[in-house]
Amino acid sequence: MRLIPKEIESLWTLFTAPTIWALHFLVCYITAAIYCAKAGAAPFSFEAMRLALGTVTVAALAGIALSAFLAWRQWGFGSGDPPHDEPTRKDRMLFQGFATLLLSGLSFVAVLFVSVPLVFIGTCQP
Amino acid sequence: MSGCSGVQSALAPAGEEAVAIYRLLLLMVVGGTLIWLAVMGLLLHAARRRSARWTAQEAGRLILFGGVAFPVVVLLALLAYAVWLMPAIRPWFARQATKPEMIEVTGEQFWWRIRYPAGGGMPAFETANEMRLPVGERVTFSLEAADVIHSFWIPALGGKMDMIPGRTNTLSLLPTKTGVFRAPCAEFCGTAHALMAFSVIVMEPADYSAWRRAQTAGNRSGGSEGERLFAHHGCAGCHGIRGLTPPASLGPDLTFFGQRQTVGAGTLANTRENVTRFIRNPAAVKPGAKMPAFDMLPDEDIADIAEYLVALE
Ligand code: HEC
Ligand SMILES: [Cu+2]
Repeated sequence: MRLIPKEIESLWTLFTAPTIWALHFLVCYITAAIYCAKAGAAPFSFEAMRLALGTVTVAALAGIALSAFLAWRQWGFGSGDPPHDEPTRKDRMLFQGFATLLLSGLSFVAVLFVSVPLVFIGTCQP
Repeated sequence: MSGCSGVQSALAPAGEEAVAIYRLLLLMVVGGTLIWLAVMGLLLHAARRRSARWTAQEAGRLILFGGVAFPVVVLLALLAYAVWLMPAIRPWFARQATKPEMIEVTGEQFWWRIRYPAGGGMPAFETANEMRLPVGERVTFSLEAADVIHSFWIPALGGKMDMIPGRTNTLSLLPTKTGVFRAPCAEFCGTAHALMAFSVIVMEPADYSAWRRAQTAGNRSGGSEGERLFAHHGCAGCHGIRGLTPPASLGPDLTFFGQRQTVGAGTLANTRENVTRFIRNPAAVKPGAKMPAFDMLPDEDIADIAEYLVALE
């Protein structure tokens, strides 16, 4: 059994990375908002929550990196140059792979940006 | 114009938070200019007729570094810098452990109610439209609104914070220079919004303590005709003068009114003539002001009351 299937033929691979970005965004903001709104009621410290969100961030980045790798493979590891606009099955595959790779890059950077406050903010604001 | 001089300018910072914002502004302006120049340079280069052609690979590399890597790094650095500034501007739980004293400021259409907490063995007291702060000491404001949304902003000392009915917002500032500053309401709140401001006087700690002591003691009776008329004509129903009249809360507290820089919450300079005009018909000098006109009073009475008020020092 292979860990990663040899080929995935679905439009969904295109959205994997942006979806991870969206989920990461929601998890970070909702967790911090609820934690701070309930000021002190949670049984763990702000540091613990920060650590947990840090872990979520690393997991999100790993997921996006995996999606990028699969896209890179679908794109033939850059063997052909864009724009891949022939009406053929091959070009459709290559185009999708390339688009997915770019979206993964965008999502990776976006997740990094979303997690910047985790580094600098150490407590809740009243 | 008061807007261009130092009293109400974020470009003449007199507090730690204002300095941080000022530096951020300089950084953005200088950085933005450099990037603009670089982009214009590239544009001119591209439009030059005789320039040698770039290969597709070279162009691709330019897009990757100039169009992707550079903005990502610059934006990440700017975001980190801005987020790093925040703890200095907002009070956080950790600092709350020491329970800082909060000056309560309430926005009212169209003036400012200011309550100092008890401290240093002195009781709490209320004043209006003018606050004094000791230089070099961090102060925390607890901000509320009585009617509609207002916004608290002392440009020379730091950023602004909304005052929202039913909610208490906090803002922490550290004045670093003595001086007199103007603080306008920064959220449209009705007809007289543009004429709703307060003065901030940052003073040496010793002077500040002396002022505080005098404030809590209140004014003493001078037995003047104006003092009698002030009570007689019903002013005391809305305005309190500590030491002389029972507390009242519909209008601004007028204890030591003579010390104030302005009359009408920043509308006019505090002179006998302007106070007379204001009492006769507040809405004539400050359209929308919620104090009733007293133009039915004899001119001498108004003059006596104005004389009395500007002498309350
Ligand atoms: C119905 C309540 C009410 C009465 C009565 C009243 N005032 Fe006022 N007064 C106000 C309000 C409200 C303001 C704030 C107006 C503004 O600046 O928008 C004010 C503002 C003032 C100010 C300016 C304070 C400052 O710091 O700028 C003075 C001075 C003043 N009143 C004097 C008087 C005198 C003198 C009388 C009696 C002749 C009087 N008031 C009667 C409600 C009242
Ligand atoms: Cu206002």
